Amino acid sequence: MDYFLQNLINALQWGSFYAVISIGYSMVYGVLMLFNFAHGDIFMVGTYIGFGVATLFLTLFSAIMPGWLIFIFTVVITMFLASFVGVFVEVVGYRPLRGAPRASAAITGLMIGIIFETGNLIILGAKRFSFPPLIESITYNFGGIYVTNVKVMIVVISLLLMLGLHLFIQKTKWGMAMRAMSYDFLAVPLMGVSINVIAPLTFAIGAGLASVAGILYGQAYPVLDPYMGILIGWKAFVAAILGGRGSIMGAALAGYMLGFIEIFVAMIFPSTFRDLIAYSIILVILTFRPRGFFGMAHSASLRL
Amino acid sequence: METIKKIKRSLGTVPLLGWILGAFVAATLEYFLGDAASYYLGLPKIPAIFGTLIMFKDPMMIPSVIAYDLLIYTVPVILVAKLTAPLTNRLAGLLEHLPLVIATLVHLAAFYGVLHIWADINDYRVLVLKLTMVSVILTISINIINGYQGEFSCSHPGFMALGAYTSSALTLLFFADDKLFGAALLPAWLGPWMFPLILIAGGFVASIGSLVVAIPSFRTRGDYLAIISLAFMFIVKSAIENLEVLGGPRGMSSQPNYASLPVVFAWMAISIWIINNFVSSTMGKALNAVRDNEPAADSMTVNTRKTKMTAFMFGAFWAGIAGGLFAHVLRYVNPATFGIQKLAEILAMVYFGGLNSIWGSIVGAVSISVLGEALRPLELFKWIIIPLILILVMLFRPHGLISFTDFNIKGLMRSRNRQPGNNQTENVLSSQGGRQ
Repeated sequence: MDYFLQNLINALQWGSFYAVISIGYSMVYGVLMLFNFAHGDIFMVGTYIGFGVATLFLTLFSAIMPGWLIFIFTVVITMFLASFVGVFVEVVGYRPLRGAPRASAAITGLMIGIIFETGNLIILGAKRFSFPPLIESITYNFGGIYVTNVKVMIVVISLLLMLGLHLFIQKTKWGMAMRAMSYDFLAVPLMGVSINVIAPLTFAIGAGLASVAGILYGQAYPVLDPYMGILIGWKAFVAAILGGRGSIMGAALAGYMLGFIEIFVAMIFPSTFRDLIAYSIILVILTFRPRGFFGMAHSASLRL
Repeated sequence: METIKKIKRSLGTVPLLGWILGAFVAATLEYFLGDAASYYLGLPKIPAIFGTLIMFKDPMMIPSVIAYDLLIYTVPVILVAKLTAPLTNRLAGLLEHLPLVIATLVHLAAFYGVLHIWADINDYRVLVLKLTMVSVILTISINIINGYQGEFSCSHPGFMALGAYTSSALTLLFFADDKLFGAALLPAWLGPWMFPLILIAGGFVASIGSLVVAIPSFRTRGDYLAIISLAFMFIVKSAIENLEVLGGPRGMSSQPNYASLPVVFAWMAISIWIINNFVSSTMGKALNAVRDNEPAADSMTVNTRKTKMTAFMFGAFWAGIAGGLFAHVLRYVNPATFGIQKLAEILAMVYFGGLNSIWGSIVGAVSISVLGEALRPLELFKWIIIPLILILVMLFRPHGLISFTDFNIKGLMRSRNRQPGNNQTENVLSSQGGRQ
């Protein structure tokens, strides 16, 4: 029982990473009907930006600012900077291909991701960096269940981000425009909604969220790797599709489900079976429920 | 401009056979005189891939490399091709009257001769040629699914892995003494003759594996099928990593050296022939119909389920063959090979070359493979340049360089003897040949 609850907490943390990243995929997919295959590597870029900002602040202000304040500044500044990366990807890689077959956009996204990975290696070299701890880790013991404040913080911040995004989409004019676009991104621009505003906005929000996930990930697993976007990004991508087209709720739930599957599979089987079982479950679900959990049916003519 | 047109028209009178003959002479020239030429031009050795490697490493060598390429390749090819044009045109004219199979075999044999001599000079060239030919098989097989059928399948590395591991397990089990399977079960001399059957077995396993993706395609299409195929790739990779009996994450090594240059070349030629026949057949037209409008195809008597299943199984079969050849060219295979990186490579080749086109796939596979090797000295920058090139192609040619073009082997091999200056008798004979 203790073991189960311990892993439940681990699953919540692990699922939070998937959930926050997969929302970025889901938003782009919902608004533009595109697979943003570069998103996983935007998560990686965001993590490195966070690392840079955090290191800079620690160097300059560690004497006068407590760690948690540096953490807050790191999150805010990194979200802002990563948003530009997202917009850049949209403007350079996806906007010119709006009229092209969607497979072309998928290929372009893949290639942009490779450029990010290789560019990282070229600029920073193969040396491994370690994300500096910004929050002092405190371990609490609840009747045999060990919980750290960092773990709780990760889950809470993720949930707050998702709540904030939900409110933004449901309560603001921009959010309304995004929802309208997801119904018909060809007709809605005819009604005065500018796709050239909504599309980069979508990418910017997705990139910002991914970068926060990167910072949180860096607090839990400090070692950075230019290819970290591949491992987590592709799973988050699958989770986004599993959650259903354009569904933020679905993406989040699917992300957590994936986290749970991985953690609890490792309880029963050797950990190397995690991918095999996770993807098998996903394949079975998609075979029998092609639209995912909350997806809207879409026209058969839409295809890559 | 007028000069360029004149040159173009002049070179246009040379048939394919003439170019092959020119390349043959150039390769022979390099075989016998390459060492001397590179010595006198100040090159450390014969340039492996037309000198690109040397140029990137040592820019001072660029003039020497250009001189070498001109002296050994460009000038001999053009000179011989032009000078022998009357003879080769006559030969091509003769071949036009023979069955297509014979004409094709003659051209293939000549082309193989060129590759054989060129590769005999340097082991690295053998490896590059083999891997390029494997890439050709991979690219035309994925084009069946992604191009002709129009689904965005991400499962090709999975099919390739199934073929690679099946073939490797069989050759190691039957014909090699190794750590994983112990002593060989059959005498070693049988190996090379059984190799084709082993490759086909790998193809069949990949075909059966493709059902995991093909069956969901009955009611799932587009994006969700793409995800299912992606999940399939990860499942195959993860499953192999967990199979200690097949070497687990460490992989399998010491495969017998059965994938020689003529073997790989023959399999490439066979795959192009069979796949081209497939996509040109009624089934191929059905694939296009399913891609363009499945409900309409269904109402016009196309059995869409059978069509899709056939496409997946057929494409996976050849991916399995390519995987088996790949494993035996490198004589090593491990699960990490068949992941996202390999998927990106394969997708790059098929979308670069062009969808719905055998020609495009061949061009795409050769271009990306050779470019990958040529840029090797740039190390990491190679993976900046190749993606950038691909992004540019996607921006300006969203369907790829050569898409929706039929592969016309007869037109490729025909005589170019059409100059107005020719005498009337030959024109009449050529016209009659053309009409037949």
